[in-house]
Amino acid sequence: MELRRDVFQAIADPTRRAIIALVAMQAMTPTAIAENFDSSRQTISKHIQILTECELLKQEQNGREIYYHFNPKKMKEIAAFIEPYRDMWEDRFQKLESIMKKYKPKK
Amino acid sequence: MERKTQVQAGNGQQDIIITREFDLPVALLFKAYEDPEIVAQWMGTKVIKLENKKHGGYQFETSDPQGNVVFRANGVIHSFVPDKNITRTFEMENAPFGPQLEFLEFEALTDDTSKLTIQSIFRSNAVRDEQLKLPFAFGINMAHNRLQEIVSKLK
Repeated sequence: MELRRDVFQAIADPTRRAIIALVAMQAMTPTAIAENFDSSRQTISKHIQILTECELLKQEQNGREIYYHFNPKKMKEIAAFIEPYRDMWEDRFQKLESIMKKYKPKK
Repeated sequence: MERKTQVQAGNGQQDIIITREFDLPVALLFKAYEDPEIVAQWMGTKVIKLENKKHGGYQFETSDPQGNVVFRANGVIHSFVPDKNITRTFEMENAPFGPQLEFLEFEALTDDTSKLTIQSIFRSNAVRDEQLKLPFAFGINMAHNRLQEIVSKLK
């Protein structure tokens, strides 16, 4: 059985979010996407595959090249509530980090 | 802006996994969860009780500027191992969610960096999703309240 990819897991990864951000600006070939990252072409291909499986990206054949488009419909449902949740925790953790960087033991 | 906190909430699952790497030694990261004064500062809530031991309890309370209690939560600590882990329950009072089980894992990455992983498990997928939507709903409410505040000052 083919493992069904999960949209939540797909966008939990920062590289995949960066890929979505890139492709959202314009349709791109896998090569053009990979050029924006330090990771290997293979790693980026894997990320693209995951994003495609959960329909966040759509493929389009254009001559000999495959272009990837962003499919915003899938994004809307989750981003709408997972982002504020993440922001709430990031806000707290930033406070925690800055408080503890200044922390001096009392003893 | 760097996006450090990661949130994983699989479709149809009943848990949320939050991970965050800190530019802090693991002992300082743990301290931020152990010391009630520090917890109060970064959580933005009053710490009424915090018994850091097996079978210990804790209680948080937040009031608005007028002194009305707007949020109260409590739980029981099941495991408390300094610099390693905390296992506890968490329950918001006057909320329909019931308790959730939380596993907090503290990990040293290097001498000066550390990682925190929080797994929260809810009674059902539906309850999990409601919790996940809370900050979104609060955001709307807060914007709404602020708007009301501004409008009421205009009168």
